[in-house]
Amino acid sequence: MIALLRRDLRLAVRAGGGFGLALAFFLIVTILVPFALGPGTGRLAQVAPGILWIGALLACLLSLDRMLALDHEDGTLELLATAPLPLEGVILAKAGAHWLTTGLPLTLAAAPLGVLLNLAPGGYLWLCVSLLAGTPALSMIGAFGAALTVGMKRGGLLLSLLVLPLYVPTLIFGAEVARRGAEGLATGTPLMLLCALSLGVLAAMPFAGAAVLRINLR
Amino acid sequence: MGSLWEYANPAAFARMVSKVLPLLSCAALACLAAGLVWGFFFTPDDYRQGATVKIIYLHVPAAMVAINAWLMMLAASLVWLIRRHHVSALAARAAAPVGLVMTLIGLATGAIWGQPMWGSWWEWDPRLTAFLILCLFYLGYIALWQAVEDPDTAADLTSVLCLVGSVFAILSRYAVNFWNQGLHQGASVMRVGAVTGSDTEEKVSNIFFAPLAVSMAGFVLLFLALVLLRTRTEIYRRRLRAIEARERMA
Repeated sequence: MIALLRRDLRLAVRAGGGFGLALAFFLIVTILVPFALGPGTGRLAQVAPGILWIGALLACLLSLDRMLALDHEDGTLELLATAPLPLEGVILAKAGAHWLTTGLPLTLAAAPLGVLLNLAPGGYLWLCVSLLAGTPALSMIGAFGAALTVGMKRGGLLLSLLVLPLYVPTLIFGAEVARRGAEGLATGTPLMLLCALSLGVLAAMPFAGAAVLRINLR
Repeated sequence: MGSLWEYANPAAFARMVSKVLPLLSCAALACLAAGLVWGFFFTPDDYRQGATVKIIYLHVPAAMVAINAWLMMLAASLVWLIRRHHVSALAARAAAPVGLVMTLIGLATGAIWGQPMWGSWWEWDPRLTAFLILCLFYLGYIALWQAVEDPDTAADLTSVLCLVGSVFAILSRYAVNFWNQGLHQGASVMRVGAVTGSDTEEKVSNIFFAPLAVSMAGFVLLFLALVLLRTRTEIYRRRLRAIEARERMA
């Protein structure tokens, strides 16, 4: 499982892996927001936590269909399915690699981008904490979606239609933590709910993902 | 009359549907006509809401059927995953578009009622939002059915999606509750509970409730009739495809 994780990380970082794409997308979305909403700093500060969360979520979504599609095309996935490692482990490793190459960089990049949107000074810490707690859930749910649509024509569009409704609770709690943090309110309750959601998803989703992957590889 | 599992045989199921369907559709039509005409023309206007209250006879039954259609799909998906009865998978497939239309009716009638009552077509109220999310789940479910060509794979994938989706739909239902309270403290306009859900039955006087109950029965019967009809159509379609495949082989 560790070996698989390492392999995915190496593939992602090397040429053609599309490692920086999600980050660049996040940056561009954040830059486009002031063009749409106007440069008024007060208004930007108000919407900054939500916009950053939406941007991170979309950037996460963008790289999902690469998670399993490439391995499906060259037959790696069939080999992995017959390997001694259970498919649940494969899904977990894939989601882990996706998080390390997308979720974690997004979390780190969110603070500098917060400056662009005039995020309130108290909000940076909570924005990063909420993304740190929430992006693993995004990657894990995304792994389920990727396993569901692997090998389908028009899989990318279908993937977003299937995955985005599943992202709703994570987005609500995550953005709520960031917003309350920025406004200087107590963040305990939504943060706990967000962590609970992430842990629950991490515990349960590998089984659902492996189940649909088995069906798709049948 | 044997056990319910007898109808896992598609031929037995189709025979049963042919027998039951005329009865069921007549009963649905009769209940709908009676409930709606009674509700629209023979009940007094509400003293505060005026005539707009009468949309309740469409809104509440549609919303009820929309939620229960998903529950029925969940049960059918479980039956398919556990006992591998094809009729069950087809019934889940047949129910999804009906449920989607019911969701849309619920949303549309709610908006039409909300415009004069709340002064806006749409509010990000938890109930409304949860319903919109349910609508998205229906869309994804239907899209997945259409994207997969092999029928058994499609049935398996959609069943798992239905299970996972149910968990997330419930999560979303309570998450939006939380989110809305966080945003609009003490919102007092949105007394949706006064129109939909359980406290209707307690607060609405019998004069409104009797036609509502008839109308609800009509919607449930209509749902059953449509699902049975669509399931039978799916069975026939699959049989046709099998015959075609056999002809090509010969």
